[in-house]
Amino acid sequence: MESARSKSLWIAASLLILVWTAFPILWIVMLSFKTPSEVGNVQGFFPKDWTWENYETVFKTDLFTSALINSIGISLIATLIGVVFATLVAYAIARLEFPGKKIILSFALAIAMFPVVSLVGPLFDLWRNIGLYDTWPGLIIPYISFALPLAIWTLSAFFREIPWEMEQAAQVDGATNWQAFRKVIVPLAAPGVFTAAILTFFFCWNDFVFGISLTSTDNARPVPAALAFFTGESYFEQPTTAICAAAVVVTVPVVIIVLAFQRRIVAGLTSGAVKG
Amino acid sequence: MTSADTALKRPAGAPAKAEISDRGRAERRLGLLLSAPAVIVMLLVTAYPLINAVYQSLFSYRLTAPDDRRFVGLGNYGTALSDPLFWQTVVTTLIITVVTVGVELVIGFALAMVMHRAVFGRRTVRTAILLPYGIVTVISAFAWKYAFDVQSGFVNSWFGLGDFAWFSDRWAATFVIILSEIWKTTPFVSLLLLAGLAQVPRDLGEAATVDGATAWQRLKRVTIPNMKAAILVAVLFRTLDAWRIFDNVFIMTSGQEKTQVLSFLTYQQIITRTELGLGNAVGVLLFLSVVLIAAVFIKGFRVDLSQVRGD
Repeated sequence: MESARSKSLWIAASLLILVWTAFPILWIVMLSFKTPSEVGNVQGFFPKDWTWENYETVFKTDLFTSALINSIGISLIATLIGVVFATLVAYAIARLEFPGKKIILSFALAIAMFPVVSLVGPLFDLWRNIGLYDTWPGLIIPYISFALPLAIWTLSAFFREIPWEMEQAAQVDGATNWQAFRKVIVPLAAPGVFTAAILTFFFCWNDFVFGISLTSTDNARPVPAALAFFTGESYFEQPTTAICAAAVVVTVPVVIIVLAFQRRIVAGLTSGAVKG
Repeated sequence: MTSADTALKRPAGAPAKAEISDRGRAERRLGLLLSAPAVIVMLLVTAYPLINAVYQSLFSYRLTAPDDRRFVGLGNYGTALSDPLFWQTVVTTLIITVVTVGVELVIGFALAMVMHRAVFGRRTVRTAILLPYGIVTVISAFAWKYAFDVQSGFVNSWFGLGDFAWFSDRWAATFVIILSEIWKTTPFVSLLLLAGLAQVPRDLGEAATVDGATAWQRLKRVTIPNMKAAILVAVLFRTLDAWRIFDNVFIMTSGQEKTQVLSFLTYQQIITRTELGLGNAVGVLLFLSVVLIAAVFIKGFRVDLSQVRGD
């Protein structure tokens, strides 16, 4: 049993963690409510005059609104396809006996460690030759392939825990492998698949390297890349506060997902990594 | 239920190996079929471009002057490896990697302990820790940059640093880059370590307590040795991740003040300078360094990756 003193020590530590993790986010929010002219004139954490001006600015800027649409569309499509592919592989690895299983797993691991920047040059070339440069598929394809490893591990770990006897029972009743997969396993696997989807979505949402290298216009440029090139409403004013407003907008979905699915994300990140 | 077909009643995970029946063949075909889409996409985006990068790195080739393209063999590698800027970049990358991983391991362990032990507010703490994990790296970079910036920041006024320009000094700028990297990625480390902590048998610690071990002795003799696998996996992943650091550097300094890192140098040569030959040579060197680090960990420290892969 914990003594009262050590209990309050743990609580203090917890509070410290809350401050440490929330502080930079809070800071961005504060900046986003400052007037552009306050930056550089008044130092300090809190805004002197609170204003919605920056949010109006970013939503009036085509560069940002189109980037937001690009980010949402590209990330969702990449997540959907990536998770379907990962589910198929993870099922095969967890359940079927076939040659090349080990190779696939090692290969996925290698991809996870791959320095993506090394590929930027050739992909840039290739995409321009086949017309994928500055398009949605031009980003969706690399996102899928680099998000796959995490999704595959998370799902294979999850699939190991599924009561497979139910599948066998279905097979005994005359279902084929495919039917057993679709009718019995898919519903059981849904929570794991959902976790993999969250992790994949975070990966796509976070990408910057491909975003700046494989796009050139608002045709496909996602938010992180757009932020790096954002100039704000006027070239004569620092875009600081507007960038922060845009940053807050793309952080809101992340915060909502984390708040709603904390348990799943923790389970997903830990289960795939170290066998329990 | 028709339970006549006993061949179906094999124990899970231990398939009958003897005869290659029709069923076995169908299973193999299905397995390969299900794996195909993922493997093809991963190959398409990595294998071909990597081979192409190696090929291009053998030429002196600038996109703006395509007619001057000529074969130089390993010339670009010679140019890169004999350039002091390249080695300066390696040193910066190395410092960022070592400091980040070291600090993250300590903080991550502390966080894992709090998450493991906290009786009260467990959910809140875990949610809070996941926030930096979910935040876009570029946004984390902006947050820390603006906090330390002379114009917009509060750090200087809070700590009485006057108009100290953090981003005009190599080590001050590197410090802020490291800070942002640590903030963003410690949650990942702490979650891996938390999974490791959960594996430490509880009674071992209790037995040690009964035998009169102090908290520090328990940590050193019982807890850490029992979660060695988790620690090594965390270190391996984070080392390779930090070695490839790009976003933070791009946003905060754009490589100014000697804060260039390997990924950034590659990007700059290829995209900004359109120096495809040399840029791809640096990219290939980056790739080889990653392979080397991974090999050292896996062979040298015997990181058991089967635990990672879960097979």
